[in-house]
Amino acid sequence: MDDNILEMRSITKTFPGVKALEDVSLTVRRGEVHAICGENGAGKSTLMKVLSGVYPAGSYDGEIVFDGDVCRFSGIRDSEHVGIAIIHQELALVPYLSIAENIFLGNERRGRGGLINWNKVNAEASELLESVGLRENAITPVGQLGVGKQQLVEIAKALSKDVKLLILDEPTAALNDTDSAHLLGLLRTLQERGITSIIISHKLNEITAIADNVTIIRDGKTVETLSLHAGEVTQDRIIRGMVGRDLESYYPERESHPGEEVLRIEDWAVKHPTQDRLVVDHASFSVRAGEVVGIAGLMGAGRTELAMSIFGRSYGRHVSGQIFMHGKEVRTRTVTEAIDNGIAYATEDRKKYGLNLIEDIRRNVSAAGLGKLSRRGWVNSNEETKVAESSRKSMNIKAPSVSSIVGKLSGGNQQKVVLSKWLYTDPDVLILDEPTRGIDVGAKYEIYTIINDLVAAGKAVVVISSELPELLGTCDRVYTLSAGRITGEVPVREATQESLMALMTKERELAA
Amino acid sequence: MTRTVPPQAGQTPPNADFTPTPAGQSGSGDLREFLRSNLRTSGIYVAFVAIVALFAFLTDGTLLSAGNVTNLVLQYSYILVLAIGMVIVIIAGHIDLSVGSVVALTGAVSAVLVIDRGLPWWVGILAAIAVGLLVGAWHGFWVAYVGIPAFIVTLAGMLLFRGLTLQVLDNVSLSPFPAEYREVASGFLNGLLGGYGYDTFTLVIGAIAVAGYAVSNWRSRAARVRYGQPVESLALFVLKVVAVGAVVMAFAWQLANARGLPIVLIILGVLAIAYGLITKNTVFGRQVYAIGGNLSAATLSGVKVKAVNFWIFVNMGFLSAVAGVIYSSRSNGAQPAAGEMFELDAIAAAFIGGAAVTGGVGTVVGAMVGGLIMAVMSNGMSLLGVDQSIQSVVKGLVLLLAVAFDVYNKRRAGAAR
Repeated sequence: MDDNILEMRSITKTFPGVKALEDVSLTVRRGEVHAICGENGAGKSTLMKVLSGVYPAGSYDGEIVFDGDVCRFSGIRDSEHVGIAIIHQELALVPYLSIAENIFLGNERRGRGGLINWNKVNAEASELLESVGLRENAITPVGQLGVGKQQLVEIAKALSKDVKLLILDEPTAALNDTDSAHLLGLLRTLQERGITSIIISHKLNEITAIADNVTIIRDGKTVETLSLHAGEVTQDRIIRGMVGRDLESYYPERESHPGEEVLRIEDWAVKHPTQDRLVVDHASFSVRAGEVVGIAGLMGAGRTELAMSIFGRSYGRHVSGQIFMHGKEVRTRTVTEAIDNGIAYATEDRKKYGLNLIEDIRRNVSAAGLGKLSRRGWVNSNEETKVAESSRKSMNIKAPSVSSIVGKLSGGNQQKVVLSKWLYTDPDVLILDEPTRGIDVGAKYEIYTIINDLVAAGKAVVVISSELPELLGTCDRVYTLSAGRITGEVPVREATQESLMALMTKERELAA
Repeated sequence: MTRTVPPQAGQTPPNADFTPTPAGQSGSGDLREFLRSNLRTSGIYVAFVAIVALFAFLTDGTLLSAGNVTNLVLQYSYILVLAIGMVIVIIAGHIDLSVGSVVALTGAVSAVLVIDRGLPWWVGILAAIAVGLLVGAWHGFWVAYVGIPAFIVTLAGMLLFRGLTLQVLDNVSLSPFPAEYREVASGFLNGLLGGYGYDTFTLVIGAIAVAGYAVSNWRSRAARVRYGQPVESLALFVLKVVAVGAVVMAFAWQLANARGLPIVLIILGVLAIAYGLITKNTVFGRQVYAIGGNLSAATLSGVKVKAVNFWIFVNMGFLSAVAGVIYSSRSNGAQPAAGEMFELDAIAAAFIGGAAVTGGVGTVVGAMVGGLIMAVMSNGMSLLGVDQSIQSVVKGLVLLLAVAFDVYNKRRAGAAR
């Protein structure tokens, strides 16, 4: 009667000095959508690596039973062979190859004489694309697709291998709402075809919407498996399991006392670096001391482009616009000028643009403020250590010492390092681009607390986010951005998700 | 007061009756503890000591004999100079394939001025350095401001400057340099303080170096204590200083017993200390590592990437010129084919010394030890009469294994999460 497609029993995986997984068990029923929740670093990804054979049999203790057989995978090929496919957070597609070539990469359909019959391959690929609801030509290079569509190509690739169990690691982290909805709908469709899915996600609303069961992992141990059918399990209930405590609220309380205006942008227009179109279309906005201002916009609305072009013209070609700090016009033509004028910008992709992952905490914290740590070009490395050490304590960065390599920290702690770096430059205004992306619930709360401390100390903060609840929970005012234009300015107590969304999509409807 | 040596490789020195000094051996329990805590960076030193010990044993101590130690310094100095510049280029994520050609060109310019035109020796040196700086600025311009990958720019430079060398020399070798010029690579400082069969001056300089090392280490340790930083135990600290002191003094003793302190060793020592400090303790040095570690993050942290990249190549040009002067001085002339394959030796030294192919990792000291490993192997094998072809095979394998070991180490460290 119990038809379990997968049972992982008492999995224990130890790395030198760290017990990543301890006695973890996971049971997945055939044909269900099973969610795995846990804070970053809880061991979700490690568990999936054990399952998919990245960590070969023998490197862990415990037993994997798939489809009734005990499995001992020595590599990904083995797990793929029995029908397990894993789609990682970072997509593994080759941008210059076509969709069809990517789908059959490593699994090429060879015809007579070992040659590939491209017509046949493309036809097969088209069928697969149809089954995942992607209307694209199979010979289109993958690099021309958006992230959402690439995700679908990955799924089509998995389907081409007759997958029985599909594992998705944070599939919607980089997707907008439409693409996310499509992807989750697709999981339902696949479910009807008898394909079981495991989905790892931080987005609890998605989990409660789509999953049949959810297994919660905390500190490398299974906490519980909850059935979501009865409808009694709420997001709060899952969070309690993940963090082991009740979060009174997602967002810490803050009293708002806005002061003088710090930053004002007027008539800011920026062109795409290569195309002749405005990405930021004559935008104006301002922030006051002690105030958190949100910028809401869908993907492609120009949020990041707006911020980066202000921050030392790091994006696009400048067309027009002025920047005023404390009422006086300033130039920010280079990053150095922007920093000198008291502007700091924490990027949305901290691994790619924010951190030197192979260096330690100390050198990352000092990276933007070396001028303050040096005399005539010579760095005072003891002072540097002191600064980093005090950041580590005040920001509660969880690492044994400031000599820990940043690449090995969890997302939340990496973000705290980024914030430490910018705080050391002592800016007047901080622009935080997706400050909590890919960060677990507990660390998110800490980041919000840090933001509150900053405005309490009289800083001005701009938060760019695609999560509307986050903006509503942290900001005083929200600007909406659509197709590069500011389409609205709403005090947060008058704003709802619906009203913001209406403003964020305004321009598009006009254009349509 | 000074003598010069003909530049033949692998000469067997006359006084071969010699027992290995403590420099060749290591391995007390405390030391192992210390090394383990610094394993990532210490692997290279262990390997160096092992290779020295191996060849000292195979050559019955000849490798560490007074005359041969001196020869080692004279023979490989220019590669070590190049390795310093190269490791900085590599840390920033670039490569320089042109240094061999630049060594030839700078030597050629110097030779034309001094030998052909009869200008004073120092004019030749200054002109060579000016040419090196110009070449560096040329590379820096294309890499930093135009954005062409350094591999391409310096590959072009390799051809370009080799061609210019032939032009400058009109396709013939020039020789000989005046005695003053030859002093740079083959001269010695000795007898300044007298001595009894050995040179006191060399020993005094060695002692000053050891004292300087001890004092600067003590001061940085004291500063760390002041800032509440963890430091190694006092016993371990003393052990470290004594060990380094013993090695340096043994080395100085061997030099003192031969011909005294080579001038080129002084040049090398000054460069090593200066660049060690620049890479470790200056804003410029930090920015080099930041660029190599994550270019985008460095840009968005306010690092002036273009300027830093430009000066990295200007500096490489400068050090190529220094190597060019040393090499032309040592070979007592300029040849059209001078410096061929030097770039590969310098690159190999940097990688054996722990630099990462992807940039962001590496040290000046590491690169110099990497260069010394190559030097000791070539020299040792020459002493043993190993054929050049086999030497090349062995060096190739050592380079491959050194990087493989590094990759393996990193993977093991990376598996921790």
